[in-house]
Amino acid sequence: MKKIGIADRLLLLGTGVLAAYQVAVGIEGLELLPIICYTVGFGALLVSGLLLMILGFEILGSPITVIVSTLIPLSLSLGLIVEYLPRFTGIYLVFSVAGFLIVAISRYTLHGKGAAMVLAPIHGIAGLLLFGLPIWLVLQGSLASGFVMVGIGGALMGVGGLLLSFLKAGRPILSQTAILSVLPALFFLTTTAFIYGFAQV
Amino acid sequence: MTTLKASLKTIKRNYWPLIKSLQTALLLITGLAGFMSARCPVLNPGILLSLSGSLFLAISGSTVLNMWYDRDIDARMKRTCQRPLPSGQLAPSKALALGLGMSALGVGWAFMMMPLYGLVIFAGLFFDVVIYTMWLKRRTAWGIVWGGISGGMPVLAGRVLGLGYIDWVGMALCLSVLFWIPTHILTFSMRYFDDYKNAGVPTFPSTYGFGTTRKVIAVSSLIAAIAIAIGAVGFGMAVGYLRVIAVLSVGLFLLAVGSVWKPSERVNFGLFKYASLYMLGAMLLMALDGM
Repeated sequence: MKKIGIADRLLLLGTGVLAAYQVAVGIEGLELLPIICYTVGFGALLVSGLLLMILGFEILGSPITVIVSTLIPLSLSLGLIVEYLPRFTGIYLVFSVAGFLIVAISRYTLHGKGAAMVLAPIHGIAGLLLFGLPIWLVLQGSLASGFVMVGIGGALMGVGGLLLSFLKAGRPILSQTAILSVLPALFFLTTTAFIYGFAQV
Repeated sequence: MTTLKASLKTIKRNYWPLIKSLQTALLLITGLAGFMSARCPVLNPGILLSLSGSLFLAISGSTVLNMWYDRDIDARMKRTCQRPLPSGQLAPSKALALGLGMSALGVGWAFMMMPLYGLVIFAGLFFDVVIYTMWLKRRTAWGIVWGGISGGMPVLAGRVLGLGYIDWVGMALCLSVLFWIPTHILTFSMRYFDDYKNAGVPTFPSTYGFGTTRKVIAVSSLIAAIAIAIGAVGFGMAVGYLRVIAVLSVGLFLLAVGSVWKPSERVNFGLFKYASLYMLGAMLLMALDGM
């Protein structure tokens, strides 16, 4: 497996710093529930960035990685729902909590296709919301155009998720080395896009 | 010019490793963070320079004295046998003179700034060199408690310098470092288990086994996180910064629990590194908050 380099580490550290900034400053003034959601999402980005920086790409093979990577889109999309589609808060909260628990349990009880079939719809729904909702809100004229960057962040996260999923399934879209080479930059760009987008509100 | 270059090279090769620069820097940052947590006018260059200078000299001095005293242990350990003292590149008498000189300068400077600040710095040095290194380290695995107490002194000293007295917040911050130390040292002693065993140094893994040690690390990580949160709330840290500390604390605790649940060398090493980043991050946030 590709060894993690200095540039990779710097990008991951940058990701962690940006995520920490968002947790500390970027979500000030919001209601309690969105603050919790975004803290969990950006907090997971912060901790996973640091762990990837410390432990290298080998941790991507751990079941914990999948669980944490599910937490990020679920919590960020839940934050968006709470803020902009509050009437769906209850149902999406149930979906998020249940989805997260199901993914966590399935990682240790199911293997291969079974685990992937559980993961795909939950990840898919959260990812599509994270990508589509900001764009829809901007098109509706409810928010400034810069908020579209949150959707772009969601799309970049989806690209990363897809690359890793296909790699894990044994049908890589790109070579493992190529995927691991772009992953830290993708991580950094995703976080930057999110932070820029949220700052436009 | 050539002589100067040669002298600098010698200092870098023989003397610089004696102060364990990363460890010293981390402790120095805890001292600065403790000072800034007092929310006194922190951007006073004179005081900041004196604080940094006195702390640097005292911390480095005690580290050099540890190196001098433990040179026989270092010679028996693969990880440390190439250090300047066990490898014979530096005479022990020179290291002793340097350690005593730096310690005396650091403590003296601190006493001149404020007697109570000097006393806390002296206590840290005394606990580290005399109680931990000379008395307990070779006798009991529990010696690290005193290493931890001395590690907590810089943050307390910094706060004392800012306030002029010892308060419960300073004690909580000191406790957070004390309980963070096991995460740092015990993961290290598991990684270099054979080295410590060969040198005859009692450690938690060699005395109580790896399983118990991992549980101790998990519990002490949790207590460290709680203590740091109490201290941070106590001095009125901004809520946003508290959220970051909470996130980092959850990461530390989960990693510690992970090392109990599914032990591996990789997780153990990750916990060691993460614990250092955790303390650095928490202290930088404290310092930022105080500015």
